[in-house]
Amino acid sequence: MSSSVDTIRDLALQDYKWGFVTDVEEDRVPKGLNEDIVRLISARKGEPEFMLEWRLNALRHWFKMEREKGEPKWANITFGPIDYQDIVYYSAPKQKPRLENLEAVDPEILRTYEKLGIPLEEQKLLAGVAVDAVFDSVSVATTFKGKLAEMGVIFCSFSEAVKNHPDLVKKYLGSVVPHTDNFFAALNAAVFTDGSFVYVPKGVRCPMELSTYFRINAAETGQFERTLIIADEGSYVSYLEGCTAPIRDTNQLHAAVVELIALDNATIKYSTVQNWYPGDKEGRGGIYNFVTKRGKCLGKNSKISWTQVETGSAITWKYPGCILQGDNSVGEFYSVALTNNRQQADTGTKMIHIGKNTRSTIVSKGISAGRGQNTYRGLVKILKGATGARNYTQCDSLLIGDRCGAHTFPYIDVRNSTAKMEHEASTSKIGENQLFYLRQRGLKTEDAVSMIVNGFCKTVFKELPMEFAVEAQKLLGVSLEGSVG
Amino acid sequence: MALLEIEDLHASVDGHEILKGVNLTMNAGEVHSIMGPNGSGKSTLAQVLARRETYEVTRGKVLFDGKDLLEMKPEDAACQGVFMAFQYPVEIPGIGNAYFLRSAMNAVRKYHGQDELDAMDFLPLYKERLKLLEMDEKLMNRSVNEGFSGGEKKRNEILQLAMLEPKLAILDETDSGLDIDALRIVAQGVNAMRSPERGFLVITHYQRLLDYITTDFVHVLVDGKIARSGGPELALELEEKGYGWAETEAGISA
Ligand SMILES: Nc1ncnc2c1ncn2[C@@H]1O[C@H](COP(=O)(O)OP(=O)(O)O)[C@@H](O)[C@H]1O
Ligand SMILES: [Mg+2]
Repeated sequence: MSSSVDTIRDLALQDYKWGFVTDVEEDRVPKGLNEDIVRLISARKGEPEFMLEWRLNALRHWFKMEREKGEPKWANITFGPIDYQDIVYYSAPKQKPRLENLEAVDPEILRTYEKLGIPLEEQKLLAGVAVDAVFDSVSVATTFKGKLAEMGVIFCSFSEAVKNHPDLVKKYLGSVVPHTDNFFAALNAAVFTDGSFVYVPKGVRCPMELSTYFRINAAETGQFERTLIIADEGSYVSYLEGCTAPIRDTNQLHAAVVELIALDNATIKYSTVQNWYPGDKEGRGGIYNFVTKRGKCLGKNSKISWTQVETGSAITWKYPGCILQGDNSVGEFYSVALTNNRQQADTGTKMIHIGKNTRSTIVSKGISAGRGQNTYRGLVKILKGATGARNYTQCDSLLIGDRCGAHTFPYIDVRNSTAKMEHEASTSKIGENQLFYLRQRGLKTEDAVSMIVNGFCKTVFKELPMEFAVEAQKLLGVSLEGSVG
Repeated sequence: MALLEIEDLHASVDGHEILKGVNLTMNAGEVHSIMGPNGSGKSTLAQVLARRETYEVTRGKVLFDGKDLLEMKPEDAACQGVFMAFQYPVEIPGIGNAYFLRSAMNAVRKYHGQDELDAMDFLPLYKERLKLLEMDEKLMNRSVNEGFSGGEKKRNEILQLAMLEPKLAILDETDSGLDIDALRIVAQGVNAMRSPERGFLVITHYQRLLDYITTDFVHVLVDGKIARSGGPELALELEEKGYGWAETEAGISA
């Protein structure tokens, strides 16, 4: 028995392959957080007055929260104190203020993305994927803009959206995740530096996958991006998000906010493969990933589907949810979260049923290896008016070795007696008998583990766009390497 | 050179000695049956030969095709041609049966430096073998052994045997729990796989399997040792007189 468990453990000790640092000149504001810093950020970005006011308002609220309570304490995670005055809130690669095309991007940055396997030059791109690349705090390049514009699809950096589409931004910014939502959402609202913006007009089926690639490069910085996606009536968009960071022995804070709005008959599919630096085997360094993601099914028959594969970060604190406001709207959450070594994840979803005949599906697959701690936390709330609401929740945990932990906290709050709720849960261990069975058929141990884990995650992977699914499977294999000897 | 040479094999689990000096020699092309009462160590012998690491070999020697089998990891033994049909086949949720089989075949091919099979090469062979075992094509996309009936699981083991074409096939009580139809189908699969290059070690508790599979030798395992060896007639004698007879005849007191 012991030797197989050791095998699993060794597999879990795989090194992080995206940990290099790019040498570019940075334009950064001084460390610390106060109104002047926020003004400086807003000025650096050439923002209109309304944005500055919005930020300052959030900052004041954040200070109040910090004084009164600090970070939320309810999650099943532990971390040392974060000194918010010791963080650089804005860091950008030094270059021309506006980028009109890729030639203007620092070649070092382009090389970084190439190393990461994200070639930005359009001709090299997989047909059908438009990419927005965010390097530290700013968006450095968005591809296929022209082609999308022909169809009326707006896909640009958040900064550009503030300048070019202020009405849309004003109307929807903070409408799903207000700055008062939580500590990290307030912080993000005050200091967010960039992110992606998408608007899909009425009746348009976005012809390609839209994708953002986030990279933290600079030391001592936090990354606070903000994404806003609006799918107008009858439209469809599929959006992908990936992220990595260099290896550093201090923790770096990532506090993003994502807001999705789906109007009548619109569908938004949002997929994430999160692979921020997880820290080393002893738990030194790694990204603190405190993220608020929420979608609002505002219109009837609208649908928002979240799929996430979370393999990175020292701490993941994240609950992509759906507010099912429109009648017959549908919310989905498919999640794979892997914790290895000393990683901690407290992740899940919130499904808030407001409209009639609203439906939600939750499939969560947690994998714990090494000394990883993996928590599923989910809330399904059926409000009074949500007649005929339905939820299906499936929550499975897989343990590799015996020093890791899996926890589940499903909260259910039903205020309408017509609601139909289904909940299934399981916890299993990769068994020596499963491994032996596969090895007896000729598979190497690590391939056997990979196969078992991939089988476990299958219902989630099949929700990912094809290229992403393949990448996610590989990533899972790599993240598990060393967890078995 | 014999295909399999087991010499004075001792093995224990969790510190309990279970195999207490097993000797057996098998040539390619032969079928050997191992019979014996429950708990006598039949599965232990099979698992040791398949190199399961929870079984510790404390003494003895095993040569497979002239190579030291006890030096091999399970996957190496498998790639060298040792196949074990499990007494209790294991479920692998989320992994399709066909995908699993192709991965296994490709692992073996890779080990021997051969090109991998793609779905196009694989499918015709797979379908043909499914027919041999009278298995439903629908099983192809179902997860490995998940929701399979007892008989389907055992047939799936023989299907894998038929696909992987090992040099040594060890069948651990493949017959137990099967109705007479399933038994006939399993035997048919095994018989189709018999060849001068291949050896079979057929572990069974009951004589009835040997009505369908012609065996060359029968060995009776009692308390971790081979108490008697003989031809097929030994199985019939056992059936008639029971295992107690084999023990006393061999001078072992239980
Ligand atoms: N994992 C184990 N731990 C302790 N004892 C075991 C273990 N596996 C098998 N045994 C014991 O070893 C003996 C032989 O078992 P086994 O080889 O399965 O016998 P058979 O297949 O002939 O019925 C039995 O007494 C059984 O209880
Ligand atoms: Mg047995």
